[in-house]
Amino acid sequence: MNGHEHDLITLEHGSGGALSRELVEQIVYPCFHGEAYPELADSTRFTLTGTVCMTTDSYTVDPPFFPGGDIGRLAVHGTCNDLAVAGAVPRFLSLGLIVEEGFAVADLSRLLRSVSSAAEEADVAVVTGDTKVVPRGKGGGIYINTAGIGEFRAHPALSAASIEEGDAVLVSGPIGAHGIAVMAAREKLRVGSAVQSDCAPLLPLCTSLVAFGNELRFMRDATRGGVAAVLNEAISGREIGMEIAEELLPVDATVQSVADILGLSPLEIANEGVLVAVVSNRIAQEAVSSLRANAIGRRAAVVGRIVGGGGHSGSVVLETAVGGRRIVDLPRGLLLPRIC
Amino acid sequence: MCLAVPLQVEEILDARTAVVAQGSFRLTVDISMVEDAAPGDFVIVHAGFAIEKLDEQSAQKTLALFDDFRAANEDAT
Amino acid sequence: MQPDLAFRDRERAAGIVARIREIAGRLGRDIRIMEVCGTHTVSLRRHGIHSLLPRTVRLVSGPGCPVCVTPSGFVANALRLIEKRGVTVATFGDMVKVPDPEGRSLSSYLGSGRVRIVYSPLELLELAEEVPGPTVFLGIGFETTIPAIASVFERARQQGIRELYLYSAFKTVPRALRALVTDPECAIDGFLLPGHVSVVIGLDPYRFLAGEFGLPGVVGGFEPVDMLGAILGILSQLESGVSAIENAYPRAVRDDGNPAARAVVNRTLVESDAVWRGLGRIDGSGLRLREEYADMDAGRVFSLPEVVDRDPPGCLCGRVIQGKVTPPECPLFGRRCTPDRPVGPCMVSSEGTCAAYLKYREESA
Repeated sequence: MNGHEHDLITLEHGSGGALSRELVEQIVYPCFHGEAYPELADSTRFTLTGTVCMTTDSYTVDPPFFPGGDIGRLAVHGTCNDLAVAGAVPRFLSLGLIVEEGFAVADLSRLLRSVSSAAEEADVAVVTGDTKVVPRGKGGGIYINTAGIGEFRAHPALSAASIEEGDAVLVSGPIGAHGIAVMAAREKLRVGSAVQSDCAPLLPLCTSLVAFGNELRFMRDATRGGVAAVLNEAISGREIGMEIAEELLPVDATVQSVADILGLSPLEIANEGVLVAVVSNRIAQEAVSSLRANAIGRRAAVVGRIVGGGGHSGSVVLETAVGGRRIVDLPRGLLLPRIC
Repeated sequence: MCLAVPLQVEEILDARTAVVAQGSFRLTVDISMVEDAAPGDFVIVHAGFAIEKLDEQSAQKTLALFDDFRAANEDAT
Repeated sequence: MQPDLAFRDRERAAGIVARIREIAGRLGRDIRIMEVCGTHTVSLRRHGIHSLLPRTVRLVSGPGCPVCVTPSGFVANALRLIEKRGVTVATFGDMVKVPDPEGRSLSSYLGSGRVRIVYSPLELLELAEEVPGPTVFLGIGFETTIPAIASVFERARQQGIRELYLYSAFKTVPRALRALVTDPECAIDGFLLPGHVSVVIGLDPYRFLAGEFGLPGVVGGFEPVDMLGAILGILSQLESGVSAIENAYPRAVRDDGNPAARAVVNRTLVESDAVWRGLGRIDGSGLRLREEYADMDAGRVFSLPEVVDRDPPGCLCGRVIQGKVTPPECPLFGRRCTPDRPVGPCMVSSEGTCAAYLKYREESA
């Protein structure tokens, strides 16, 4: 297959026969050289100690390549981040590919190289996988599923149930970039490369926060539904409320401009390199400093606090830039750019 | 109905087209409805079209008027 | 200079709010101000302006959401174009989720590429060449958007682009306002007039509100300070007893609007009657392509049936649009009618009164 970089994926590549073998050996395997796991087997054995965390996610982003990243990079960091915010150190990934007939071999190659370098960046090993090809029209170019396993090392009460009145709400960095980057690429908005996806490993940030023991109550990466979704998730079903201030939210001016043009709010736009954390008020400033010592946490900030219930129960209230107040709801439905 | 944002004209490409910008974000828009837009001007952009030029002096006057209210309020509180 | 930040200044806003409270106190009665424009509806709620105003000053949403006032039969016709006439439909994102009378929407055709979302009508020029077969653009919008679309169709004609059509649901604001104020049930004290529509049409089309009906109208921009300033202008007029049409957005709105924008509209479109969801037929409140452009008029070329105004049973969108009912007063609101399963257009469109109310709702007392 070397020298066949102009080829397209065909159904035969997924049939399990010789061409399948060729595809896997020449395109897939080379991306995953590792001493401990020299070739991707159907199944792999390894040893873990302590409590183990497992998660899975499927990636269907369109287009597969966008400013600042691609679906391969996303598939690694997205799943690793799910483990990291759950208080685990990500260790192993499986990689399932569903490729549509007609997808360019060169693009597949590029994506797998991206998976490989993302795995290196995240310090995880891709240890097993599977490749299928579906007929033209039955897939979205390429879909990727990754399942991740990690070793849990946070305190056992890390969860939204531990959140208390008086706690501080933190955001680790500027919001809205990923969703805008993908939308701009998809709609060919000609925003150039002004906005890049923030896709990155969150483990260093999580490690910083886990060090605070049970004064770290809750953390979550703000992906689909943006920060708004996570804020609501944090207090859902509880007799507590949340108040945040718009002027404290970190947002890049360019992201804000593009969001304004599209009629969207950065709070509801997906991120791939931002986490939301709730910590005890006592260590809030220290936690922020700790986050800021990391490259992707330099603009971490306290954005609000947890308040008592009453009329507020289960609601996230935003104080707007001009001092007005309104509720931040769970985003619903497709995020389509508006004109009106 | 009327989602439109002010952006600054960076470059006039031809009688009908201009590049507008906000920081590092650039957009190519149709300026056929705005007479004599020049680099440095702010225009209101809606659906890929500049629909009017912002009048800087008017903006300042409006702000000054509201500044009076702000001052009066601050004195009173 | 980032012009808008100055109009989001907290202290400036506080100064205006203080004046509003003073006047409202002296007026000593409930004041109902209609904010006509859907973008105002959203911006007011997004910035929490309702929470800053005294309780006696009530903002009522009007029919200024072009998606909300498009009868669902229009979507049925769009689906008919796709399914029976081999058409690719191009549209602004706002229309994609709107249900037709059977509850079907254009979103099911997004994946197959039979429905294309455009941010600017300029994209139609390339799209029409790229798409095999006819492309029909759904012309939704008020006077802010109409000139842009008109300009593109003029260019399409000049460039000899074939198989590009316009299905017009264009609406114009002043006639709708007249219909509202001549309704005997109308209980509006003043109007916050749409800033960007006014960029195009200027102030004259609104003069009748003050001249014939003694109602104040103030054109406002969309930043918090703009909107509060316009509200203050209305209250000041109410206190003085003098009613006029004022421009509180002079940095963008010229008294005579934008003649170049109106000129391109006049070259390509003519006045027509239009059916407004909830308001019914309003003569002269629409625009359709001129005779010279008849071959680009989708309604004619594809013999589309007339669109009628028929809301689902129990739906009160028509009354909401007229400001007669607030969202919580509709029995379906938040129960049978939610953004995930909308019954009427006020909930579907992100600018719809009900959707905006729910999304950016105020705290309970």
